[in-house]
Amino acid sequence: MKTLHLPLTLGDTLKAQRDAFGDTLVELIDQDERVYVLDGDLANSTKADKVSRERPARFLQMGIAEQNMMGVAAGMASCGLIPWLSSFACFLVNRDLDQLRVVVAQPNLPVKIAGAYSGLLTGKTGKTHQEVSDLSVMRAMPNMTVISPADAVEVRAAMIATNDSDGPVYIRMTRDPETVAFPDDYTFEIGRTIVVREGSDVTIFSTGAQTMRCLQAADLLAANGISAHVVHVPTIKPLDAEGIAEAAARTGRVVTAEDHTIIGGLGGAVAEALGELQPTPMRRVGIRDTFGESAANEDLLAKYGITPEHVADAARALL
Amino acid sequence: MSLTPERLTELKRQAINLRRHVVESVHHAGAGHLGGPMSAADMLIALYFEVLNIDPADPHKADRDRFILSKGHSSIGLYSVLALRGYFPLEELKTFDAIDSRLQGHPAMDMLPGIDMSSGSLGQGLSPGLGMALAARLKGESFHTYVMLGDGDSQEGQVWEAALVAGRYRVDNLTAILDLNGLQQYGWATDTGYGDLARKPPQENPEARWQSFGWNTISINGHDIKQFIDACSRAKAEHDGPTIIIAHTTKGKGISYMEDDFNWHSKPVTDDDLKQAQEELAAQEAALV
Repeated sequence: MKTLHLPLTLGDTLKAQRDAFGDTLVELIDQDERVYVLDGDLANSTKADKVSRERPARFLQMGIAEQNMMGVAAGMASCGLIPWLSSFACFLVNRDLDQLRVVVAQPNLPVKIAGAYSGLLTGKTGKTHQEVSDLSVMRAMPNMTVISPADAVEVRAAMIATNDSDGPVYIRMTRDPETVAFPDDYTFEIGRTIVVREGSDVTIFSTGAQTMRCLQAADLLAANGISAHVVHVPTIKPLDAEGIAEAAARTGRVVTAEDHTIIGGLGGAVAEALGELQPTPMRRVGIRDTFGESAANEDLLAKYGITPEHVADAARALL
Repeated sequence: MSLTPERLTELKRQAINLRRHVVESVHHAGAGHLGGPMSAADMLIALYFEVLNIDPADPHKADRDRFILSKGHSSIGLYSVLALRGYFPLEELKTFDAIDSRLQGHPAMDMLPGIDMSSGSLGQGLSPGLGMALAARLKGESFHTYVMLGDGDSQEGQVWEAALVAGRYRVDNLTAILDLNGLQQYGWATDTGYGDLARKPPQENPEARWQSFGWNTISINGHDIKQFIDACSRAKAEHDGPTIIIAHTTKGKGISYMEDDFNWHSKPVTDDDLKQAQEELAAQEAALV
């Protein structure tokens, strides 16, 4: 697939990915009679509660019972409906993983799994609620499409692009308001990588909201006279391995960045792709094989090593 | 539903045929589950020949009734009834468990038309059944969904999550069938331990448990085809919430050496085992007329 070149700058607008989730569900419901929302009693956190108020006939409370919810979704999908699941990533990925495996992924049913509150920044709920290996787990599951959008606009675009796609989809979302950088008319294409900053000295691959921090890292590097090529990888699977190899070859140095474990997520996926196609010296910036803890966002980013400064340091280490 | 004596005899004959195909297929494959398909055999025949609104020539028809075998390890029983009903040639039963076969060890809906939901990891059938029942309600369709549970299968917590949510939604287009054959793969010790074949049952007092989750219960002898068909009619006519038919059965039913022996949950069938089973089934068939 052809890489999109879309230079992005960080603006002043803030919006939470979860707000985009709630808004876009209503939009999808109005366009598609097959769309229903199943909630694991977290709608007022995931923002699917907007559906419960504005389109109540399309909202099904499933209670605190994720295994059943995943199975109900499979049954509905087998009858031609498109169920969107609303819960936290930590529960949707772990609590009902066997149900996802057997009645959704194996028969390849179009269940849309929206993992809210992914990564470390979960509002001081701590390691039980921080999901930092979802990309690894979902990526290893056959038939899954795995998406990690950068901002609220890309969440909406990804939901529109995957609503009608065959098979199960996992979309990773974050909790708190973050800078919006994608233009409103942005169209999501599954499997496409996006160059968000052109550069020549080092290639930074990033996914999710971490891409916004990588734009800041590129600014830090520019101040040192280092030109960073920043590539946003919103689709972790199917991975654009050739686009990644091409972007790596351009600079001969690679940094990956994610609010996620470095094992098996974006860093793992890029290392696997480059190992076969374009072996390149690389550094992985992410959570280093540990669980998180409850704390303020800025403290978590700093302690677990995923700030713009950490990304810039990793890039400098390669030069 | 009126059932003539001739029709009832024909269904009993088909149940004997089903048991014959099960034991022959497992003998041919060299592996497979036997006790569960045998306990479910009479109900599977009644469902596919009498109860379900289905068309074997059009297995994906939108308004067909749905059936989910939550106790997916009884797959060869389901394959046998599908073949007898004309979904695919009986000859294909010989491919059971072989490479490239549509007849997987556990039912796979993506591989075999006629399978409405994949199963095999226990406890997972009732939730998709609830999803189908809700889909019918939401889409204004009149099809009915049936889910066959095992008593071991029902030890999984997910079954009770589904039971609770189905009770809350008061779905009246969902019927569960509990194949209460009293055994599971190895089972729970009696007061004297694990020394012999005796086991404590996988489920204790299922009627009270299901009623407490908001379900209607109908208890029957699951080897009495007429009782089962009547129970399905009563379940379908019930408009206050979901109904479960609690079918008291015998694991390994129909083959004397398999009955009530947990070891026949899953076991290769020797040539001698096959011969004896075929003789016993032939005698049962001869006794029908």
